[in-house]
Amino acid sequence: MSISFKVNNEQRTLDVDPDTPLLWVLRDDLRLTGTKFGCGIAQCGACTVHVNGQPRRACVTPVSTLDGASVTTIEGLEGPQADAVREAWAEYDTPQCGYCQSGQIMTAAALLSRNPKPSDEDIDKALAGNICKCATYVRIRKAVKSAGEKLGG
Amino acid sequence: MTVMEAPAPSRRAFLAGAGGLVIAVALPVKSRGQSGEERIFGGGDASNIKYAPNAFVRISPDNTVTILIKHIEFGQGPFTGLATLVADEMDADWSQIRAEHAPANAELYGNIMFGGMQGTGGSTAMAASFDVMRKAGAAAKAMLVAAAAESWGVPASEISVSKGVLSHSSGKSGSFGEFAEAAAAQEAPAEPTLKTPDQWIYIGKDVPKLDTGMKSTGEAQFTLDIYREGMLTVVVAHPVKFGATVASFDDKAAREVPGVVDVKKISSGVAIYAKNTFAALKARKALKVEWDESAAETRSTDEIAAERRDAVKSRGAVAGENGTVDDSAFADAANSIEAEYIFPYLVHAPMEPLDAVVERKEDGGVEVWMGSQIQTMDKATIAEACNVEPEKVTLNTVLAGGSFGRRAQSDAHFAREAAEVFMAAGGETPVKLMWTREDDIQGGYYRPLMVHRMRGAVNDAGDIAAWEHVIAGQSFVANSPFEGMLQGGVDATMVEGASETPYALPNYNTSAHIINNPVTTLWWRSVGHTHTGYAVETFIDELLEKAGKDPVEGRLALMTAPKHQRLANVLKRVNAMAGGMEAPEGRARGVAAVESFRSYVAEIAEVSMEDGLPRVHKVWCAVDCGIPVNPEIIKAQMEGGIGYGLSAILFNELTLDEGGAVTQSNFHDYRSLRISEMPDVEVEIIASNEPPTGVGEPGLPPIGPAVANAVRRLSGATPRNLPMIKSLQA
Ligand code: FES
Ligand code: FES
Repeated sequence: MSISFKVNNEQRTLDVDPDTPLLWVLRDDLRLTGTKFGCGIAQCGACTVHVNGQPRRACVTPVSTLDGASVTTIEGLEGPQADAVREAWAEYDTPQCGYCQSGQIMTAAALLSRNPKPSDEDIDKALAGNICKCATYVRIRKAVKSAGEKLGG
Repeated sequence: MTVMEAPAPSRRAFLAGAGGLVIAVALPVKSRGQSGEERIFGGGDASNIKYAPNAFVRISPDNTVTILIKHIEFGQGPFTGLATLVADEMDADWSQIRAEHAPANAELYGNIMFGGMQGTGGSTAMAASFDVMRKAGAAAKAMLVAAAAESWGVPASEISVSKGVLSHSSGKSGSFGEFAEAAAAQEAPAEPTLKTPDQWIYIGKDVPKLDTGMKSTGEAQFTLDIYREGMLTVVVAHPVKFGATVASFDDKAAREVPGVVDVKKISSGVAIYAKNTFAALKARKALKVEWDESAAETRSTDEIAAERRDAVKSRGAVAGENGTVDDSAFADAANSIEAEYIFPYLVHAPMEPLDAVVERKEDGGVEVWMGSQIQTMDKATIAEACNVEPEKVTLNTVLAGGSFGRRAQSDAHFAREAAEVFMAAGGETPVKLMWTREDDIQGGYYRPLMVHRMRGAVNDAGDIAAWEHVIAGQSFVANSPFEGMLQGGVDATMVEGASETPYALPNYNTSAHIINNPVTTLWWRSVGHTHTGYAVETFIDELLEKAGKDPVEGRLALMTAPKHQRLANVLKRVNAMAGGMEAPEGRARGVAAVESFRSYVAEIAEVSMEDGLPRVHKVWCAVDCGIPVNPEIIKAQMEGGIGYGLSAILFNELTLDEGGAVTQSNFHDYRSLRISEMPDVEVEIIASNEPPTGVGEPGLPPIGPAVANAVRRLSGATPRNLPMIKSLQA
């Protein structure tokens, strides 16, 4: 089945099994490997991307549902929120192993887009779906707050 | 264990590296003798190790300085940490520093604390590298200076180096890159002069981590991200019972899945080869396998625990003792406590499940990419399974999404599976073997299920008159290359932290029973301390309470031996940080202090109960790990150890159902601590001039008992049947 959608602002037309989760299309077909596999069942958030600007679990999103959609991955994440998040991530040297961090950053950037001045509670709520086995949570919390402040929230 | 004989030290070596020159400095380092770590990690006779690994510094004409890191980076910070040491001695500019994994070559990169094997673990990376890496940096600098002196016709002593620039009072100056080639032709100093601590520019200060940038953009390459030309993705159907093997399988439906190329039986299960990941996963679901369970573990974890609970009723092989401890000491029930602790199997569950890429090289050898933690074992295993000479195996260590012990496989089982998968399909087509989360959760190599029984008695004077500690569980070093850790029937990794406590106990006896079964087990972040720290630190807390003593003052009064003063010191510090043990209404504080891997950590946790479960609001942590090379990395490791430990102690257990099948399968039923459950953490590092020790593990052991001691104050009982969710909500 041929499916056509935008990935990081580029139009892509692919002929794949329609049940294929977006995660594997991104990785295997488009070689956008920044989006990670952690569980495959929407439990860890390592595969978080934006679909039409909203955070989405790529591992449980069949590619067939995306016809005409616009997908953004960590590789294509840009704009003031993205810059602020990455800057804050550097400020706190947040990543350890780094494997969950694409997902954390995608979720954090989406949070800041709708709530530029999140409280600790807002941050905990928005990011509760993103597991970090290295438990970089203390720094994620500080970094998201700092990014919010820099955005003038 | 075989001790690698290091080659005679060559004072100078040139290797034409990609895009530059490699200065390879071989540095003789004295053996440390049979220190505690060597007993633990060295196995056999570590005194045979005459030379430390070479440290490589690659200076490129573009003026970048690349440090080859002999320890795998999976979050604990060796890229930045080891590079800090070299950059400091070289007086390099931090912005010119790069880090990459060193090749798998035990002769050059063996770990002096692993008996010469190349590998990472036991929080040894910094301790084993502190001198070597600084000397490599100092030697590289001396060679650069000598080259500049020659070219400028001035005495070397007149050349100064700062921020990667060599300069002379005549006005001449040049970059490292400009002198890289000429420097490589210089003689390396045998004993380069090292800086004194007051001259350090990066050690002890914070430098930006080298891997933060690439881990914030998706650029960082993990094994799963590697795609080779014509590569097939492989998943393996594994048994859900330990020790089961393939009896027969029906792959008709699996082969019909579009994209599936092949199905093969290998020793650990049935491998599916496909052109893409989704096809492989789909086909695995369609595959029908009959398992031969004749040698499998068919008991439930309750039955396994029952066997161990039975064993701890009597003493095992003695691990440590002092004075006399007999039944009469505990006869007076009013003054004694008896306690049984059950610690479940725990999964490491690193964020990136295990994976590897294997392909054939043009010279007939094989090339492998994986998050290898014990390169020497993995490489030898790949060579054997692929039937090639070890020299023909190129093993590339790749950034890995966590390990917590999971990748430090004494039996190299994953390297073996990857090699078998490659060979079973003909040994020509490149393959990527990936484990799913289900493979990871159900795949074994767990922290062993351990049972402890403790008895303690307090006399009328309020002193601890007797202490008895019996431990039973599996030994993962028995029948492994690390068998040297087994002495007199006692596995050091099972009793560390319990065979000797920091407390002056005139009468104590600690013993252990090794009871093995087919469930595979492995070291799990902080190894034996995961359970001994919990047992010892909750038990002492209860005995002190019984004696009417304060948990902090009571502990300090018992930490009398000179060797426990650093632990006493962190305990005092954490108490000062928290402002004592008093908690606001509705909350309680608990404390614990544990020495592990020669680092000293004390923590205080402030806890309340919510819906029958502890909610940890705040943790104060004081750590003494010798010279703090990278303070922020140390703090991050304490935070990480606390979060990782909290997850386990609150929620995690891996169980086997009646019949022996693993109950849990993914993060929905083997859950992880989430950000909303992560306490605020405040860390202080003790200033020290002692050699640096590890930080990857030592943050973990105190968190469980600190929380448990707070819970006891709130609910009246120490949770002893772990995880806490089980004993508190039962
Ligand atoms: S991989 Fe998608 S949520 Fe875990
Ligand atoms: S940084 Fe390792 S899992 Fe989050």
